[in-house]
Amino acid sequence: MSNTTTVTLEVLRYDPERDQEPRFQSFEVPYDEDWVVLDALNWIKDNADSSLTYRWSCHMAVCGSCGMVVNGEEKLTCKAFLRDYLGRGPIRVEPLRNFPIERDLVVDMEGFMAKLESVKPWIIREEEKPVEDGEYIQLPKQLKRFKHHTLCINCLLCYSACPQVGLNPGFIGPAALALAHRYNLDSRDQGRHERQEVTGSADGVWECTFVSACSEVCPKHVEPGGAIQEQKIANSVDWFLDHLIPGRSNAGRTKE
Amino acid sequence: MDVLQTDVVIVGAGGAGLRAAIAVAEADPALSVTLISKVYPMRSHTVAAEGGAAGVIKENDSLENHFNDTIGGSDWLADQDAVEFFVEQAPKELTRLEHWGCPWSRDPDGRVAVRPFGGMKIERTWFAADKSGFHILHTLFQTSMKYPSIKRLDEYYTTDLLLEDGRAVGVLSHEMRSGKPVVVLGKAVILCTGGAGRVFPFTTNGAIKTGDGMAMAYRAGVPLQDMEFVQYHPTGLPGTGILISEAARGEGGILVNKDGYRYLQDYGMGPADPWPRKKAMELGPRDRLSQSFWQEQQKGRTIQSKWGDVVHLDLRHLGEKKINERLPFIRDLAKSYVGVDVVTAPIPVRPVIHYTMGGIASDITAGTPLPGLFCAGETACVSINGANRLGSNSLAELLVFGKVAGEAAARLARSVPAPSEASALAQAKAHRARAEALVDGSRGTEAVATIRRDMMATMESGCGIYRTQEGLEQTCTTLRDLRRRYRDVKISDRSWVFNTDLTQALELGAMLEIAETMALSALLRTESRGAHQRLDHPQRDDAGFLTHSMAWRQGDEPPRIDYKPVTITKSQPAARVYGGAAS
Repeated sequence: MSNTTTVTLEVLRYDPERDQEPRFQSFEVPYDEDWVVLDALNWIKDNADSSLTYRWSCHMAVCGSCGMVVNGEEKLTCKAFLRDYLGRGPIRVEPLRNFPIERDLVVDMEGFMAKLESVKPWIIREEEKPVEDGEYIQLPKQLKRFKHHTLCINCLLCYSACPQVGLNPGFIGPAALALAHRYNLDSRDQGRHERQEVTGSADGVWECTFVSACSEVCPKHVEPGGAIQEQKIANSVDWFLDHLIPGRSNAGRTKE
Repeated sequence: MDVLQTDVVIVGAGGAGLRAAIAVAEADPALSVTLISKVYPMRSHTVAAEGGAAGVIKENDSLENHFNDTIGGSDWLADQDAVEFFVEQAPKELTRLEHWGCPWSRDPDGRVAVRPFGGMKIERTWFAADKSGFHILHTLFQTSMKYPSIKRLDEYYTTDLLLEDGRAVGVLSHEMRSGKPVVVLGKAVILCTGGAGRVFPFTTNGAIKTGDGMAMAYRAGVPLQDMEFVQYHPTGLPGTGILISEAARGEGGILVNKDGYRYLQDYGMGPADPWPRKKAMELGPRDRLSQSFWQEQQKGRTIQSKWGDVVHLDLRHLGEKKINERLPFIRDLAKSYVGVDVVTAPIPVRPVIHYTMGGIASDITAGTPLPGLFCAGETACVSINGANRLGSNSLAELLVFGKVAGEAAARLARSVPAPSEASALAQAKAHRARAEALVDGSRGTEAVATIRRDMMATMESGCGIYRTQEGLEQTCTTLRDLRRRYRDVKISDRSWVFNTDLTQALELGAMLEIAETMALSALLRTESRGAHQRLDHPQRDDAGFLTHSMAWRQGDEPPRIDYKPVTITKSQPAARVYGGAAS
């Protein structure tokens, strides 16, 4: 391996103004043991073909721009090292699945943005507390209850990996449902039932078949799969109690 | 060309732009806000900030302390009226963010926790583990969605400000997906487009930080202020430049040279013990720590690594539990990018370009010399940072002045009529010709990547941690030549669909102009202050340079530099001391 000097990338190309269909183009790229797939793409853009189109910015796995499919697996390309692909032939780089391709490795994420907004991902309260009254008290154990669900960088790897997103493009999907759960579990929030109208709808949590591909590909351990299952339970309990206790569904509810 | 009329135009949807948008929406829900960004908001570089945001909240602290730390940290170049306002507002803004759901780390009693930071006398940095910027950005973005008056244009690249009767009245942007131009007209314009770290080759800054807004304002006749002051963060990963947060030192990490010696004690930061100790050793300010690395390198006491010279940042004594709780991202980054588990081994680090202290000339009102134009965040030079920004002041700054900008723009929008389309359209068509010529490929011979590489190389060689007249003159000459070559730039991508070749060419045009303001301002400042260190003028010169530099664009010629006084209210310039001398 140490005498490897170049690697071959097979990159999906598609320009809707010119191409009928996507195609693959091969590039010979210098090998550096510290390089990630994104570095190789940047080398191509600067040295071989400046029309190669992809998104990136932070190069430290936190902005979420550079999610792609590398050799069939969803990856942040800024954290997918070339050295981990050596000896297995060309490295194939494709855009995320389950999204329309805008161009080359750039996908159309407008649908996702609408889903994100649909779950009302903000603190909902009956009464706002004045800033002068200081912060809300939140014990470390209360923070811990939802903290891991706050770590989503919206990289969309989970939407690419989720079979249900492929079958039903309307499915709200893992990242947005996990975000709804994050707010539902926040001790400062009172909006769970408002969000339930969306998360409990036909395109909500019940569309998930718990394959957990989302949690497997998640680079930030947000565990969207678990978040969805917990919401199913919470929604069921609410449904059950609403039918047992007349008027409950309209009453002001506080968090457990 | 499509024309969109709105009340307030905001360019840039990072922390400052989102905070400004929310401020407009809260000031008057009837005002329409158009928030334009070349990336989706959550990609904005606020996302990469790690350590935290400063604001006085604990009983052992005071606004006076925060003020004094910031003024001293700035080497007395910050404007004191602005700093006084800033330290008063910061705690309110951070609390507001808490109410909006930011998952701040907590003390055992459930109150917000704070940690020590460099150059700060008392611990006052609010944090969300070591992803504070990420959480601030996502909290603001998610909260912004609840205001129906905020309309976003995501992935629209803005190239130019549009003017009418000496006022800013809108911008020319194009939808990146289609290349289609759109004129967005408003009664007020706010620029929140971040810094310009990408003019250097080795930087913590993401690819998007190309100073577009600074260049737009500069081309519209607004001066760029204090551009010679560029911050090196002392601890970046070698090779990639990935940021290793100052929080690593705030939590107790130490820096050692090849002999395992805590070398900062040789540069006015000592004595080494007791440790940890505020405003001393590893908790000194960034400029001093980066300069100390350079000095150690000259003495041959840095460590040779496969990525070049480094020193070691040692966190091992913090223990795995604390590291996992307070610095989990640092552990992940070091493991992934340099193969080091910080629990068992020290991290190789070196100084890395991090922050543009200078920016669009602004003040406590978030206004600029151009009526109708406001700015906030790294793109602005208020200045609360002066010659050297203290870590954790910038996240608080983008909140405080983002809000000020939004409220000021809202007030203006209610008092002026909508601009007329005709004049703006004529300007837009002229500006648009530049992009069209590039995509048509009808002219040009120079490659974007080549000019960019040469620009970065000359900035690093002449405009780095220590500067000399000779090096700066060479850089100025090279940049002038690069600007000339850029007039002949060509791109090869002929498609209007998501043409990133075009984006990079336009970004390069912005960066070249900004680089020139940095190098020329640095050449003319014949003193050493904060992050601007001249080997040939090693002393601070208050008689000559207790002033803000102002770079005014002169067409194809280098900028004209003049100066404006620093606002001093209650802290007279004094010796800047850290370590034992400070206590």
